[in-house]
Amino acid sequence: MSTAAPAILVRDLHKAYGDHEAVRGIDFEVAAGEVFGLLGPNGAGKTTTVEILEGYRTRTSGIVSVLGQDPRQRSRHLRERVGIVLQSSGIYRHIRVREAIEQWARFYPAPRDVDEVVAIVGLEEKADALARTLSGGQLRRLDLGLALIGDPELIFLDEPTTGFDPAARRAAWDTVRSLQDLGKTILLTTHYLDEAQALCDRVAIVKDGRILAVGPPAELGSGSSRYRVVWRDDAGELHERETENPTALLHQLTSAALARGDALRDLSVSRPTLEDIYLELTAGTEQEPARD
Amino acid sequence: MTDALALTWHQYRLERRMFWRNPSAAFFNFFLPLLFLGLFGAIFSGSQKNLDVIVPGIAGMSVMSTTFSALAMNLTFLREQGVLKRMRGTPLPSGAYLGGIAANAVTNAAIQVAIVVLAGRLFFGIGWPRDWIELVVFVAAGVVCLASLGVAYSHVIPNFDAAPAYVNIVFLPVIFISGVFYDASNAPQFLRDIAQALPLTHIIDGLSGALVNGKGLGDHLSDLLVIGLWALAGIRLATRGFSWDQRRA
Ligand SMILES: Nc1ncnc2c1ncn2[C@@H]1O[C@H](COP(=O)(O)OP(=O)(O)OP(=O)(O)O)[C@@H](O)[C@H]1O
Ligand SMILES: [Mg+2]
Repeated sequence: MSTAAPAILVRDLHKAYGDHEAVRGIDFEVAAGEVFGLLGPNGAGKTTTVEILEGYRTRTSGIVSVLGQDPRQRSRHLRERVGIVLQSSGIYRHIRVREAIEQWARFYPAPRDVDEVVAIVGLEEKADALARTLSGGQLRRLDLGLALIGDPELIFLDEPTTGFDPAARRAAWDTVRSLQDLGKTILLTTHYLDEAQALCDRVAIVKDGRILAVGPPAELGSGSSRYRVVWRDDAGELHERETENPTALLHQLTSAALARGDALRDLSVSRPTLEDIYLELTAGTEQEPARD
Repeated sequence: MTDALALTWHQYRLERRMFWRNPSAAFFNFFLPLLFLGLFGAIFSGSQKNLDVIVPGIAGMSVMSTTFSALAMNLTFLREQGVLKRMRGTPLPSGAYLGGIAANAVTNAAIQVAIVVLAGRLFFGIGWPRDWIELVVFVAAGVVCLASLGVAYSHVIPNFDAAPAYVNIVFLPVIFISGVFYDASNAPQFLRDIAQALPLTHIIDGLSGALVNGKGLGDHLSDLLVIGLWALAGIRLATRGFSWDQRRA
């Protein structure tokens, strides 16, 4: 990572709603130009964390810095440099798509081109449609367009592709990648492992208000020292073995098989995928008891 | 500063477009005072004295419905829909945003009062306003007072489903005791006392002076004082408890 100041810095962040501690000591940094993902089950505290960074919610304790500023100050200058897609938010029912993006463009000192943004989010055909006639996924794309029009350097995306059809999801991924190519910093939350894997430079797995693991999606798996070896014996039965030393295990397996004349069909050696890590980490403890 | 003014203006223009893009709502909005005027005009058609009461009364009611009721409902709706929250995340200054919304309500108040004044001249033998300055002063004072109270009241309304009930429980009793439909001096003393404490009575008094009896501003300074006190309270409460988010955090 570069030595430049991080775009986002979070240290020992805590947030309690009454008795309920939704965030219990979160630390992470997002470098300028990085795509960082918060991955975790419902109620993990992702939205709480993101909305503290956006300046919507106040933290109970901890240090937070966004583009060098404390979001609690809610400075206009900071809001000009940040684009926000909330997990859920509304829009005037009778506004047209293009009209909304045009209106939002006025809020920013150096907005992007309106037609370009309409095209980026794939709403050209709906440019003159009223918001109330859009489908859920189309509204979500409008959310993205409104977040991008100000040409922000930092973009918060809270579950940006929930409700998208597969094609729209791919298109949104392409948009995120093109934003990254432009040097933008992105903090996104998601429930989708493939999305985290496809987009994020680094992922933090969050549960019950804590970060359980952080790292590049490919290395999160390999960070674990275990390998999984799978094969099928001559009777057709599948065997699975986990080991920290695959060389030794393979040697043992292959020499035994050679001696017997077995084929070791479907032999594979794999590292745990992000999904394995995710399921393992998030399945461990029981869910929080319900709050009253 | 000029930037904030320009943004307020653009927000105002957007609000106006949104208002007209829902034409049936806009129609009934302007039709309501006319309907009331028509009904009460028919009931009181024999008596100029009664007509002299209902024309300024309905002008006052129009100011209240377009500002107090409309803002309390709108803001509750915008809050519940998450529009307020979205706006809060943009660099648009809150003052410019709320200013645009309030100016939209003020425009509707001005249009309705104009309709009532015109109808008074054409159908109810009221003539043109006696004192234009007084008319403008009282409409302006009434609008500031009732608009800020409407914004403040929206903080109390828990959700949009409850909004009509919350608004009507205030609006209907207030227009009845404030002398919109009849000369309140015939009402029982305790109701008159309550009405005297409320701003609408004084707005209607001022409008009556401007539209009917021609007693000038000088005669209505105490009315302005009461309206001003309510306006101060309203502005304070409106800015203090403002909530941008349905889920308070
Ligand atoms: N305004 C609030 N008041 C009280 N409790 C809240 C509030 N907002 C969130 N919570 C609680 O805090 C916890 C974390 O919520 P949060 O919305 O941050 O989760 P999340 O990770 O974004 O979940 P999801 O994936 O479902 O969006 C949950 O238990 C939630 O019920
Ligand atoms: Mg969430």
